[in-house]
Amino acid sequence: MKKKKLSLTSLITMTLLMCGAVIMIFPFLWMILSSLKTQVEVSMIPPTFLPSNFTLENYIFALKTAPFARYFLNSLLVTIACVVITMFTTILAAFAFSRLKFPGSNIIFSVLIAMMMIPFEMLIITNYTTIAKWGLMDNLIALVIPFTASIFYTYILRNFFLSIPDSLYYSAKVDGSSDWKYLWWVMVPIAKPTIITIALLNTIAAWNSFLWTVLVINSTSNRTLPFGVFAFIAEGGVRYERLMAAATIVVLPMIILFLFARKYIVSGVSKGGIKG
Amino acid sequence: MSLQKRKKSIDADVKITYKTYLKPLLYLLPFIISISIFTIYPFFNAFVISLKENYKALSGSFTGFGFGNYEYVLTNETFILALKNTITYVLWVVPISTALSLLVAVLLNRRTKLQAFFQTAYFLPLVTSAIAIGLVWRWLFNFDYGLINFVLSRLGADAINWLNNPSYAKIALIVYGIWSMMPFTIILLLAGLQNINKQYLIAAQVDGSRPTQTFAYITVPLLAPTIGLTMIVNMITAFKVFNELFALFNGKPGPAYSLYTVIYFMYEQFYVKYRLGTAAASAIALFFIVMILTLIQLYMQRKWKNY
Repeated sequence: MKKKKLSLTSLITMTLLMCGAVIMIFPFLWMILSSLKTQVEVSMIPPTFLPSNFTLENYIFALKTAPFARYFLNSLLVTIACVVITMFTTILAAFAFSRLKFPGSNIIFSVLIAMMMIPFEMLIITNYTTIAKWGLMDNLIALVIPFTASIFYTYILRNFFLSIPDSLYYSAKVDGSSDWKYLWWVMVPIAKPTIITIALLNTIAAWNSFLWTVLVINSTSNRTLPFGVFAFIAEGGVRYERLMAAATIVVLPMIILFLFARKYIVSGVSKGGIKG
Repeated sequence: MSLQKRKKSIDADVKITYKTYLKPLLYLLPFIISISIFTIYPFFNAFVISLKENYKALSGSFTGFGFGNYEYVLTNETFILALKNTITYVLWVVPISTALSLLVAVLLNRRTKLQAFFQTAYFLPLVTSAIAIGLVWRWLFNFDYGLINFVLSRLGADAINWLNNPSYAKIALIVYGIWSMMPFTIILLLAGLQNINKQYLIAAQVDGSRPTQTFAYITVPLLAPTIGLTMIVNMITAFKVFNELFALFNGKPGPAYSLYTVIYFMYEQFYVKYRLGTAAASAIALFFIVMILTLIQLYMQRKWKNY
C-alpha cells in the first residue's frame, strides 16, 4: 500500500517536471528544427514538427552572406583574452587579500564588495569616452580591456583561499618557497575547481556580451557572434529559417560547454547569486 | 598560548613600513589598475557628467554645473513611461518566475530519476545569448506562422498580433522575461532547499504531517530567506531589462515606441541622441534603485542569519 502511494507521487512529480522541462527546452528545439527546414516548410500551416527533408542550406546561406566564421573567431579571441587576463588579475588579487593580509586590507575589501552593486550600465558612458580617447574604437581590444578584472570573482576565490590552512603556507616557507611559487604551485592547484567555475562564468558572460559590443564596434569584420546575428536580420531579411540557423551558430558552443561542465556552472551560480 | 593569540603577537611585532605594503601592492596592481580605470573612475565621473549642462563628449565643452539633466529626465514623458514599463515588468516577472521556480525546485529536490536531463533542460537558458534566443521567441510569437498563434487557433482562439500590439507586446516581453529568469532562480532555491536540515522534515513526517502541510508550514518558512534574497537579486536584474527588449523588437523599444525601459532610455539618450548628461542622470536614477534594493538585501541577510 505504502509503496503504491509513493510511486503515485513520484509519477506526478515526473509528469510535472517533464512538462516544465519541455517548455524550457522547447525554444532551443524549435530553433534547431526550424533552421533545418526550407522556406516553404517554415511557413506551412499547420506547421510540421520535424523537417520533412533536412536541409543545411540556411547554414550555408548564413555563412555565405555574413562572415559568421569571422564572427566566431572574434568571439573566441575576445572570450579567451577576457578569461585569461581576468583569471590572472583575480588569482593575484585574491592571494593578496587572503594570504598576504596587510593593514587595512579588510577595509579596502569591504569597499570593493560595496562596489559590486554598481550596475555596469552606469559605467558605460565614461568607459566609452575612455576607449575613444585611447583610439581603440572599433577594435577588438576595446571588448577586452574594460573586462580584465572582476570584484565578484575575486571575492569568490578569496573566500576559497581563506579556507586553505595557514600551516601549509608556513611549511612551504620553511622549505624555502617564495610567495610567488607558493601561490602558483600550491594554492592554485588546490583551488582548481573554484578557478574553473569562475572561468566558466566569465566565459559565458564574455561570449554573450551585447550592449557594450554594439556601442564600440562598427565594422563588419570586428563583430562578435551576438552582434553578428543581430545585424544578420538586416542583411538576411526576416526569413526565420535563416535567422534560426544564425541563432543556432551563436548558441550551440555555449550549449556544448554547458553539457560538459554543468556541475561547475551550477555550483558557481549558486555560490554567488549574481548572473554571469 | 593559543595559536590564534600567538599569531597575533607575531603580527604585532612586525613594524609597519612601506615594505609591509610593497608585496601585496605588487600582487594587487593589475587588478587595481583595471578596477580604477573601468569601475571606480567611471562611477564617480557619472555623477560629474550628470551635473554638467549641455555636455559635449567630443569637445568636452559644457556650459556650467547644475541639476538641469535631472530636471530634464524626471519631467521627460519618455522616461516616466520607461520607469512605468520597467516597474510593470518587474512586478510581473519576479513573482511569477519565483513561484514557478519554487515549484520546480521542490520537485527537483525529490531526487527523481533523470536528474541530469532535468537539470540540463531547466538550466540551459542560463548560458545562452539573450539576443539569439530573443530571435527564437520572436519567431514563436510571429503573427502569421508563429507556433504560439497556431496553438491558440487550435484551442479556438483568435490569432494575436503579439509583437505589434502594444498591450500584447508587453505580455510577450514578460513571458520571455519569466522564461529567461527561471534557471537562475531554480538554482538558488534548490541550493536553499538542500541546506534545510532533513531532521525537520523527518520530524514532521513522524508527527503525521501530510506532504502539502510539510511544504506550507516547514519548507516554505525555512526557505523564506533564500526566497527573499532571490527575489531581490531578480528585481535588480529585471530593472536592467534591455537585451530581451532589443531582440524581441528588432532594436526598437516595442511597437510604436510603447515599451521603453530605463536602460533603453539611457541607451537612446547616449548612443542615438548623444545627450551624455541626461544619459548619466538616468543611469544614476537606476543606480539608486539598485542600491536601495541591495541595502534591503543586506539588511535581510543580516536579520536572517540569526535563525
